Amino acid sequence: MSCAETFTGYVFRSLGYGERLLPKGEITLCDQFVLIGSGLMWNVYFALLAVIFGFVFATLLAFIRVNGNLVLRAPVEVFVFIFRGSPLFIQFFFVYELFSQLPRVGVEIPLGFATITAETAWLTKAWLGATIVLFLNTSAYTAEIFTGALRAVPTGDIEAADAYGMSGYKKFRRIVWPTMLRLAWPSYSNEAIFLFHSTTLVYFSGFPAWKQKGDALYYANYFAEKTFNPFVAYPIVAFYFICVTLLIVAFFGFFSKKLNYHLATETRKKYRPLAMLGR
Amino acid sequence: MCSDPSSLEGFQWLLCYLTTAKHMQFYGSFGIVMLLLVVTVPFIMVFGFLGALARRSGFAPFRWFGLGYTSMVRGVPDIAFFLFVPIALDQFVEFSRHKIKCSDSTEPIYQGNDFVVCAAAKMPLGSAPQFFHEAWGFTLAVVAFAIVFGAFAANTIHGALMAVPKGQLETARAYGMNDRQTFWRVHMPQMWVYALPGLSNLWQILIKATPLLFLLGIEEIVYWARELGGAKTGFFTYPHPDWRMWYFMALLFFYVFLTWASQKAFIWLEIKLARGMTSRTTGVRA
Repeated sequence: MSCAETFTGYVFRSLGYGERLLPKGEITLCDQFVLIGSGLMWNVYFALLAVIFGFVFATLLAFIRVNGNLVLRAPVEVFVFIFRGSPLFIQFFFVYELFSQLPRVGVEIPLGFATITAETAWLTKAWLGATIVLFLNTSAYTAEIFTGALRAVPTGDIEAADAYGMSGYKKFRRIVWPTMLRLAWPSYSNEAIFLFHSTTLVYFSGFPAWKQKGDALYYANYFAEKTFNPFVAYPIVAFYFICVTLLIVAFFGFFSKKLNYHLATETRKKYRPLAMLGR
Repeated sequence: MCSDPSSLEGFQWLLCYLTTAKHMQFYGSFGIVMLLLVVTVPFIMVFGFLGALARRSGFAPFRWFGLGYTSMVRGVPDIAFFLFVPIALDQFVEFSRHKIKCSDSTEPIYQGNDFVVCAAAKMPLGSAPQFFHEAWGFTLAVVAFAIVFGAFAANTIHGALMAVPKGQLETARAYGMNDRQTFWRVHMPQMWVYALPGLSNLWQILIKATPLLFLLGIEEIVYWARELGGAKTGFFTYPHPDWRMWYFMALLFFYVFLTWASQKAFIWLEIKLARGMTSRTTGVRA
């Protein structure tokens, strides 16, 4: 097979399209590059969904932790404590077993123009189940970062907002939230990078790769086992992940500039995400 | 009492169930987690120091190496290293042994999709007792952990060495200390206060990475939780449905407890180390 044929045959293999069988026998460099790249789509998918939904949920959790009453705060504290205190690997296993114990039923969800039947069995599939675990996990870590930032919002800023007659949502939206984001941004971008890296755990924990549809590391592991040569497949994974990590850094750097735009240069917090420690 | 489990009920049954020989092995496997933590920490610190010193080295290639080493863990998932390092190291050792012990062999080692070394080069030898196989697997795991977490530690130590106020070092020079004395008597002792928050964070990450031993084929807690939790038919002495969820819940709480306890310990240590320093310089609430 030429490299172009390999490309068309395997580029969407991780989603279940194209060639049915994975490359066997003579495995070329092209095979490995294409298939591992195909798997990378799953890593991006998991990370993107978890980070977007996690961002919203974590903001809510942080707000409750800082402003809520005890009844609201207690469950949030427990949630953050457990998800930050235990390994993601074990969380995957536990949640997978939990979901597979659920009774198999379908829930009708009317969308207006059509009705879809959501099955509880979906929860045991990686695309939904693992996304939920990653979402909860990153929400807990992000909530911790946001809580710290929310507590660090200068009192003077809030008093100034009060003096301007701002209240409630307006004050939060215009004053508190942007400042919180600015303070939290370096740590938050770090969390996003680590979450992206954590997505490689999915297919090595409880969630099975159905019909050999897996992520980048799943295919790299497949090649390393098939060829008995780890020195090709894993560096390819490393290459892909370094590229995407640099993209994430660039993306967060862009917003960091936006958030700090109004500040004098010397008071800006230096944006150096790669100098920090992860989870 | 536990000789005839089928006649037991309720609490007594559970008590006998939880004390079977297999469960004892399960409890023992928690020791493997602890052993890994205890064994790897010194190696992590050594790798961390070497990495940090390489980054500060006056010799440019060392500096580039240090920078590359400390940067790699930021761009590449640690799980990739855990899968790569043991197999790469294993092949490296067997390759070297093959070259030394079977130098007369003309067969290539990489044959298509196979990695073939002579019997005498196998590590450990095929005839070695089971214990050596397990110990070798564990050693490979320790090396993988030390390399990955050593890079994190190097980052932290490098940052801490940079954080020590310049005035302290200048004072040391003014007292007539040479480079070596300045480093060992002033720079290093003061570095710890700045490194501790990062190191405590690193320790928490290390704890939470220990279940990845399962991926390296070591019979640790995740392995036993899956073994014991799986549904057991009436054929077994203690039949039960799928209980894996409960086993993993127990593991979850084990880790939550471990991280909680070490956090308490580190806060205590931070207060101890910050003695004699103003809270303004360290940020530690003493």
